[in-house]
Order: sequence, then structure tokens, then C-alpha cells
Amino acid sequence: MDMEKMDTSAKRAEDMNVETRASTQASTLDERMVKMSGLQTKSVHAWFGDHHVLQDVSLDFPANTVTGLIGPSGCGKSTFLRMLNRMHEFIPGAAMAGEVFLDGDEIYAPKTDVAAIRLKIGMVFQKANPFPSMSIQENVLAGLKLANLKVDDKNSLLEECLTRAGLWKEVKDRLKRAGSSLSGGQQQRLCIARALAVKPKVLLMDEPCSALDPGSTLKIEETIVELSKTMTVVIVTHNMQQAARVSDYCAFFLAADHPGRVIEADKTDVIFTSPKDQRTADYVQGRFG
Amino acid sequence: MSSTEMQVQVEPQRPWIDRTSSLKDTVALVGVSAILAAVANLVTGLAGLMGFYLAFVIFFVITSVIDGYRHDKVKAVDKMATALVTLGFATAFIPWASILLTVVRRGWPAIYGGYFTHDMSVTAADDDLAMGGLSHAIVGTGLILLVACIISIPLGILTAAYITEIRGRLAGFVRIMVQSMSGVPSVVAGLFIFATIVSRWKFSGLAGAFALAILMLPTIARTAEEVLKLVPEEVRSASYALGASQTATTFRIILPAARSGLITASVLGVARVAGETAPLILTAYYSAIFSTKMTGQPIASLPMYVYQNFTVGTDTALTRAWGGAFVLLTLILILFVIARIIGGRGKK
Repeated sequence: MDMEKMDTSAKRAEDMNVETRASTQASTLDERMVKMSGLQTKSVHAWFGDHHVLQDVSLDFPANTVTGLIGPSGCGKSTFLRMLNRMHEFIPGAAMAGEVFLDGDEIYAPKTDVAAIRLKIGMVFQKANPFPSMSIQENVLAGLKLANLKVDDKNSLLEECLTRAGLWKEVKDRLKRAGSSLSGGQQQRLCIARALAVKPKVLLMDEPCSALDPGSTLKIEETIVELSKTMTVVIVTHNMQQAARVSDYCAFFLAADHPGRVIEADKTDVIFTSPKDQRTADYVQGRFG
Repeated sequence: MSSTEMQVQVEPQRPWIDRTSSLKDTVALVGVSAILAAVANLVTGLAGLMGFYLAFVIFFVITSVIDGYRHDKVKAVDKMATALVTLGFATAFIPWASILLTVVRRGWPAIYGGYFTHDMSVTAADDDLAMGGLSHAIVGTGLILLVACIISIPLGILTAAYITEIRGRLAGFVRIMVQSMSGVPSVVAGLFIFATIVSRWKFSGLAGAFALAILMLPTIARTAEEVLKLVPEEVRSASYALGASQTATTFRIILPAARSGLITASVLGVARVAGETAPLILTAYYSAIFSTKMTGQPIASLPMYVYQNFTVGTDTALTRAWGGAFVLLTLILILFVIARIIGGRGKK
């Protein structure tokens, strides 16, 4: 059954390519060598059933940078993000085409260990989702247990992850308390710490601050900037100021009467000060969307 | 004078109408309704206790509405709805309280210190109540329920996990099968085990446990399914995003997260079968002798102890039967409390 699905998606992708190859591809960050560090997508498409939601997205996420994915709701940003660590395939009827490379290795290649991919590409969700039956400590170390990873010094790893997530000072005296006893902002930082514990190379964040107050948002943004020194971060956000504050690169997605696609992708200051496309300018200045 | 001293002390005021009627009002309403009901009880056809209750219900609703009309129409409707809901609850409560009181009242004379340490091997059903006991029935019921739990709890939870977590190809079919299984009459489950096991070997506690397990399974599976559905989808996503397999997600994240609910599901399963008699007549049967042997011979159980004594039918035997019912109810109550404590632990 899966094979059939793959075949049809591949066929669809071919059809799409015939139509769109001639059309100008807005992405500006390709033209790189295939073998490079960081994350890279080539002509990625996505479908939910027969609904084509994402069309021909080719983006580069260089190592140790923060890339913001911006655009109005329903333009495929979150879907795109979920394809980067193969979470897209959990949705019934979902299909994709194209290639995603992590440090030059195709993550959708046959025989790829999906679990290993997700260990290298961590994810933080829109809604803080600590494991309900676990303490703060167990939550942070859950990834190790779930993937059967061994670590020499659990306590130092615990402290390191919570410190990097900016939560250590607040919880160091109550590590045995339930993760769900924390406030919303703290829970989200706990989820970041949990994602960091398995030492991912890339962290995907799907509107991590959309349900948080400005204070918690600020703390998470500081965390993101700190993390980007050692890892690649891709963040979906509806908050333009946030994109401007934390990201090095920005990609503007838009779905207007056609599947979502990247209208423009460039350095963040270019996107915000001198975008090439009028729609980008309108969006970042709040004139629509 | 400073401005703080000039400030007038502000008292909280509640000008709005209190929505709950005061205790005084309620007592007055109940009193008036009771007096009117008593009069109706004497002069009309509404005789007897049931007649009194029916009259009370009618007068309580009428007086509530009249009381409400002192304010306005909205209040009157509100009062009537409150009266109906309260009476509905009270009416539903009556059989519950009646059963409990009857069992305690009639069963209590059978209880004495030795009741829990003796069996009926040297005592006849209509011997003096100071002799004999139901230790054999308690142990028998305990063993049969234990084995039934060992079989049906893991199976039930795994079935639920298959439907909600694995979401296998047959999930819909399995759900329908489980639902139809919960409609199987208990005597049919007993007959099935009688035909497959008892007819080939002998009456035994193990056969009884199999029959009860068949009855427990659908209850546990359906309740567990509902409980697992309550675990938020984000928790599953979080686990998969950490590179966890489906197995690890199910067993290390989802089932522990639903632990309290799964314990409730198991207790509901036990409560469903603890008092079952029909399947035990056909499988474990009954023995008056204390035994812990689960194979090759009949074994006692509390429902069968009650049934046996009722069939004897003399006053002392009937008292013993009520005593057995009392012990059975108490054991189930204790089980519920224990399960609540275990299930509640870990929630901080």
C-alpha cells in the first residue's frame, strides 16, 4: 500500500515538475554543493490526500544558523517543517516528493533509520507537551530512555540541557516534581531541554512561543540565539518581530490560489528592509495575512 | 487629616439575587410538602409509603414553583427545574440505599469472629449461626478473580492499545467484536467454558476464571480504549519526534500516562464479574471445603455461597446468604478504595 502511495506521489511530482520547471523559482539560497553541512531541501512537494499543499520548495539551512519560516496561516510552513524530520508521514493520506539532505545525506533514502533521523533533527511543538506521567528530570532524559541510548553522567547532562534551555535556575530544587506542574513558558523550555538531551544537530520549532506571554517568549528567544552557536535552528513563527530578532535567514511562504510555495528567501535584514517581491514587503509590514 | 484617614471603608455588597435557595427556604418547602403529602396520604388513594413519596414529589414541585413565583416567572421555572433534578437524584438514590441497608441489616446477624476463618465443611446451612463461615468462599472468589485478572487485564489493555495506538488494519473490526462481546450473556460465557473445558476435564476454579475473564475482557478493553483516547495527540508527536518507536511510545509514554484510567478500567472489569453466579454454576461450581486448588475439583466462591444458602431456604441459611452478600459488597468496596488510592498516586 505504501509503495503505491510513493509511486503516485512520484508521478505527481513529475507532472508538477513539467509545469513548474520553467517558472521562476524564488529560492535564492540554492546554488550550493550537495555535500554540505546543515539541512537542505530540493524541490520538496507535499500532499494531504489529493490536496497539493506545498510546491517545489528548495531551501538551504546552513549549519549553526537560525532560519525563520514566515507566512500567513495555511501556507504550508508547518507541513514543510514536519517534513524535515519525517513527522509529516504520520498523518493519514499524507505524501511528499523531493529530497531532504542532512549534512549531505538524503533522509528520505530507502532503508534510512527514521528513528536515527529524528534523533538528529529534534522538534519543539506549538503547544508545550511534556510527558504527563513524568517528573521534570524524567522528561529531560526521556529521549535517552526511549531510544535506548546510554549516557555516562545523567546528572551533568540534565543540568547542561536545562541550563541551555534557560530553565535550570528555576527548577534545580524541584527536579522530581511533575513536568506538568510548571507554568506554560517553563513547560515549553522543558520541552526544549528534552529535545536537546539527545544531542540533535538541528532543532525544528513550530511556533514555539505562540501560546506564551512576552516574558517567556523573550527567554525562549534568548535560548534560540544561544543554541544557534552550536546547532541549526528552523523556526516557524507568525510573529514578525520575533523572526527579525532571532533569525539569520528568512523564507516567506505564500499560498494564494495555488499550493504553498516560497516567494522569497534571503538574509533576514534583506527580507525586512529591501525584499525583492512586493508580496513579501506587504506581509512583513503587516499589510496582509 | 491625611487622605487615607478620610477614606470611607468599603464594604462588599451583593445586590444581585442569590442563585441558590437558602437552607431555610428548602427546609420550609420540604416541611410543607411533607405535611401536604401526609394529608393526601390519609384522605386520597395515595396510600402507603410509595403513595406518600409520590404525593411528596408532586407537592414539592408545586410548592417550589409557587415559591419561585414570589419573585418572577424566570425564578419559578428555575425552581421547578431544581426541584425536578433534586427529586430525580433522590429517586435514583432510593434503590441504592435500600439495597445497601437491606444487605447490612439482614446480613449483619451472620457475622461473627469465626465467620472469616471457618468453612462449611463440618457445618450444615441451617446449623446455628455461631458455627461455620465463608473463609472458603472468600479465598475461592479471590483466587478466581486473581486468575481472571491475570488473563483479562493484559489482554484488554493490549486490545485497547491495538485499536488506539497501533491502529492496525483490523482496528475497526476488533472494536466491533469487542462491543458485541460485551453483549454476551454471562450464562453463555459459562456454557462456552463448560462445553470446551469442564466437559472434558472437571469443574475447577481455573475454568471459572476463564469464564469470568471472557466477561471482563470487553469491559476492560472498551474502558481502556476511551482512556487511551484521552491522552493528547501532542504527547505521541513528542515521543515520535524524540526518535521513539511505536512500541516505546505505547509502552513507555502512553500507557504510563493513562495509568490511573487503566486501573479504573481494570476495577470496572472486576466489579462487572465479582458477583456473577451463572457462569460459576457451570464452571467452578461449589465446595463447602476450604481449598486453594484451582484445578481438578470444584472451588467455592462468594456468589455461589450465597446461592447455595438461598436454595436451602431455612431462616439461618437465608441469614448466611445475606451475610455472604454483605461480605461480597464490602470486598468490592475495599477493592474500589484500593484502586482509587493506587490510581491517584503519582498525580502531583
